[in-house]
Amino acid sequence: MDAEKLALSIRKHAVMMAHLGKSSHIGSILSIADIVAVLYGKILRKRPQEPDWPDRDRFILSKGHAGAGVYAALAETGYFPADWLQGHCTNGSKLCGHVSHIGIPGVEFSTGSLGHGLSVGTGMAYAARLDSKKHRVFVLMSDGECDEGSNWEAILFAAHHRLSNLIAIVDYNKIQSLAPVEETIRLEPFAEKWRAFGWDVREVDGHDHMALFDCLNDIPADGDLPTCVIAHTIKGKGVSFMENSVLWHYRTPQGEEFEAAMAELGER
Amino acid sequence: MRDAFVTALTEIARVDKNVMLLTGDLVFGVLTEFAHEFPKQYVNVGVAEQNMTGLATGMALEGKTVFTYSICNFPTFRCLEQIRNDACYHNADVKIVSIGGGFCYGPLGMSHHATEDLAVMRAIPNLTVVAPGDTVETMLTTRAICEHKGPCYLRLGRGGEPKIYDQVPEFVLGKGINVVKGGDISILSIGGILSNVMSAHEILKKKGIGTSVFSMHTLRPIDRRLIENLAEESRLIVTVEEHSISGGLGGAVAEILAEIRGNRAPLLRIGIDGDFCCEVGDQEYLRKLYGLDREAIAERVEKAIA
Repeated sequence: MDAEKLALSIRKHAVMMAHLGKSSHIGSILSIADIVAVLYGKILRKRPQEPDWPDRDRFILSKGHAGAGVYAALAETGYFPADWLQGHCTNGSKLCGHVSHIGIPGVEFSTGSLGHGLSVGTGMAYAARLDSKKHRVFVLMSDGECDEGSNWEAILFAAHHRLSNLIAIVDYNKIQSLAPVEETIRLEPFAEKWRAFGWDVREVDGHDHMALFDCLNDIPADGDLPTCVIAHTIKGKGVSFMENSVLWHYRTPQGEEFEAAMAELGER
Repeated sequence: MRDAFVTALTEIARVDKNVMLLTGDLVFGVLTEFAHEFPKQYVNVGVAEQNMTGLATGMALEGKTVFTYSICNFPTFRCLEQIRNDACYHNADVKIVSIGGGFCYGPLGMSHHATEDLAVMRAIPNLTVVAPGDTVETMLTTRAICEHKGPCYLRLGRGGEPKIYDQVPEFVLGKGINVVKGGDISILSIGGILSNVMSAHEILKKKGIGTSVFSMHTLRPIDRRLIENLAEESRLIVTVEEHSISGGLGGAVAEILAEIRGNRAPLLRIGIDGDFCCEVGDQEYLRKLYGLDREAIAERVEKAIA
């Protein structure tokens, strides 16, 4: 599947969903649109008609607040009808703001509270290795989420057990909920931290599809270690006035702002 | 109870290779043989209960039956959100085991008193909550929760609890056991305090006060039908638990009784009523301090019917 087209569709759906559902986090969703598109378009081994196919790669969105981006990718890749997206965050819909698996084919794991996905993914990777399964486990995290201590428990465990079938991707857009990461709780030297914990670390432009593909298609490079991909991203990527803005962590696109955002995405 | 649990789990693990035991670096010595016999079914995850519960959920979603094992409040309160959001929302086959319910680790202080766990765990959807009354019930409970697919919380004592049953009772999750019939005062007990309740029953019997004792090993789902029947038949219902008087067995029974219209038995709740326990002492000492020794239980019942 064409990942560039998929990324654009995810962005358009996400802006529409945030608009119709009057929901937050559009900046966080646009930030991961390219990563999710490359994963669902090129990397993940999956069978949309058989969502529970035992040999599928597992994908956990640990930053559950960007659930709309994953819902859009699932709809676009054939897990469920795209018209489900319209109801996102509205009364009686299947799709809530933070990603949930109940009644939604293709969602591996429900999240919403930060710092949960990596431990669960680590457990999945551990079980897969015990059973000599070949699938991989991808966990997409946010940078602000790395404040949660539970992640570092999982990071220690995965390295100790050398879970090379586990890939943590950090959406490093450098803006967290209220302020820039650097002003809130500094993560730098970020890559060095993961390396010091025993992970193989790669850094990549999280909007460059070729680079993302090359990075994610070549795992594990060091056959013995879990992989951390630090994806340098721009919060709000793709809609100029949302880019690098704390405001669009919460603001919902309405009126002229909605029209302007859709126009920008339509022109791309 | 601890040993009975490990013995039962060992038997199960020999047959079912999908059974896993994770420990949060605790309960020295007890798991050594298990770890040795089942190296692929045992992981010491380190002092990291949040990760342990998340790991267990991930493994369970891949087809394992995973026990998380620690003491006191560590496998419950420290990782409560992982229990709720991860294990329970996904209905994952995770069995949370806490050694040391109540005042088992009394002298170690407040951090090691598991005295509100039942109340908190009982509130979580999908979670089966059990606290067996003796070693026989522990064996039966361990087997039963293994057969029950879905998250469970197993609250155990530490060790040295007396065996109550001479014969193996019929055991079904969610159904209270009538341990002894003896009168129209019904004493409902949960967990290892059962031995004191049985002794109180004997004391009262000698005084001509007849009581029947029920082991309510399953707190969720609660045996509503039994409680409703007892409310109709009994002169008094008494709940006894080594746990806060709020939200545990006493709370659960009170909720059911409060909804019964018309005549019903009155309720006496015996449990830990008060602030944090700052006293230092062993389990029997602290039980006595909080009126959970056999004499105090008998006395409370006697006063209630006077």
